[in-house]
Amino acid sequence: MSTVASSVEVPAGLHLPIYMDNHATTAVDPRVLEAMMPYFTVKFGNAASRNHSFGWEAEQAVEAAREQIARLIGTTAKEIIFTSGATESNNLAIKGIAEMYRERGNHIITQVTEHKAVLDTCKRLEKHGYRVTYLPVKADGLIDLEDLKRAMDDKTILVTIMAANNEIGVLQPIAEIGKLCHEKNVLFHTDAVQAVGKVPIDVIADNIDVLSLSGHKIYGPKGVGALYVRRRNPRVQIAAQIDGGGHERGMRSGTLNVPGIVGLGKACEIAQQEMKAEAAHLTALRDRLKNKLESELDYVHVNGSMEHHLPGNLNMSFVYVEGESLLMGINDIAVSSGSACTSATLEPSYVLKALGLGDDVAHSSIRFGLGRFNTQVEVDYVAAKVIDVVKHLRQLSPLYEMVQDGIDLTKIQWAAH
Amino acid sequence: MAYSDRVIDHYNNPRNVGQLDKTSTEVGTGLVGAPECGDVMRLQIRVNPETQVIEEARFKTFGCGSAIASSSLATEWIKGRTVDDALGIKNTDIVKELSLPPVKIHCSVLAEDAIRAAIGDWKKKNGVGEMAETATATAR
Repeated sequence: MSTVASSVEVPAGLHLPIYMDNHATTAVDPRVLEAMMPYFTVKFGNAASRNHSFGWEAEQAVEAAREQIARLIGTTAKEIIFTSGATESNNLAIKGIAEMYRERGNHIITQVTEHKAVLDTCKRLEKHGYRVTYLPVKADGLIDLEDLKRAMDDKTILVTIMAANNEIGVLQPIAEIGKLCHEKNVLFHTDAVQAVGKVPIDVIADNIDVLSLSGHKIYGPKGVGALYVRRRNPRVQIAAQIDGGGHERGMRSGTLNVPGIVGLGKACEIAQQEMKAEAAHLTALRDRLKNKLESELDYVHVNGSMEHHLPGNLNMSFVYVEGESLLMGINDIAVSSGSACTSATLEPSYVLKALGLGDDVAHSSIRFGLGRFNTQVEVDYVAAKVIDVVKHLRQLSPLYEMVQDGIDLTKIQWAAH
Repeated sequence: MAYSDRVIDHYNNPRNVGQLDKTSTEVGTGLVGAPECGDVMRLQIRVNPETQVIEEARFKTFGCGSAIASSSLATEWIKGRTVDDALGIKNTDIVKELSLPPVKIHCSVLAEDAIRAAIGDWKKKNGVGEMAETATATAR
């Protein structure tokens, strides 16, 4: 297959393709892999085996990982439950609480830009007699705390609001949300999969009762995640969704994924030690990318609040250029688009639409996800390449030409198809 | 999504990009699609009034690589044909030529629509459609 031509020079030593999609997944940090290796072949015991050294060794490793995770989010090891990842953690938290607190109420509050693991879980609960309020977001992607206050009633048992959004990187005001929940005696769950290890999270200070996190978003392995479940003030109870051997305080049965857990623990330890420096580094790279793109291109639009934002995220619309055609031109760079053409459903991103952006702006969006292993040389190449391809595609864009000619595109009678 | 070499070729080297004077009576303009749907094609033709041969074709497309390739190919194919001959181009021909996967068939449909819209515009400007209909009626 031929490749897409470009006039942008590749600097010596730059390895292509460049990975800049770190919200989707991250590479396993070599230090994480190193920590995991013995638990596949030598220390392979079942952590639930109580009567021999293989089991004890595995259990010890699991408990050490629990400590590492707990320290990162300001809690104790006893409040960490292992799962297969954030999707399971979200399902367990929401369904488990809904089931356990059914006597107290049937109302759950969430918001429209949550991950599907939360939204689809809530939709299923609606079929089982629960009432769900989906709060809107403002143009900057944040919820309005007044909306949340108004939505709460005496049947509300749970508020589930993400800490950081996976598409636009916007940070919700979780500490304020948690405070509001505690005042009203409502449990607060947060899907913190994009936030943990990237920005400081303290479950006590932030008033979080239940929190989902995942290994592969923080340079750990795929297939492992955790759920923080508060034990005091209040003691949160969760109905198990998987029955079996009663592992994990009865909340999640199944033999523990020991190598994965060791990896998750190590990833959390590294994140805790390096978060501050890494955040500064990623913010600098992200701003460099943003400044280059904004200085060279007109009609670019940053999606989501830049004030309340993950360090490594940049979601930008290159208006009058369709996202998939842009991805095609920059096919030596791995990023994502909110364009319908790139989604399985052929619908543009519901997150971008929730910000009140037109479908045309959503179709033009690119998500850059910078991570630990990205370099300035990569950022400079990515910026140059995107600028080159956007300019090329705008030469082909009838919309860009019409706007240059002063035509108001909203006044045209488009034939939808 | 893996693109065929033909799609990549048209994406890299789009044929006949640009615009014609849409106020000219010899020029027909077709603007199809919608920004909200993620694709808009503008296809223009300049027709020789004597021979009804499409002597020039131009396009601009906002859309995915397959949409760009479909419209680029369409301009290549209609150039040198008479308007009636150009109306014979089917979206399936474009699908075949560009090896478009099922999810991209709508791009070829849009390109066919663009050809029809451009020719329709030219016919309307020149009263050709009515003449043709009259001719058909007489023949019957």
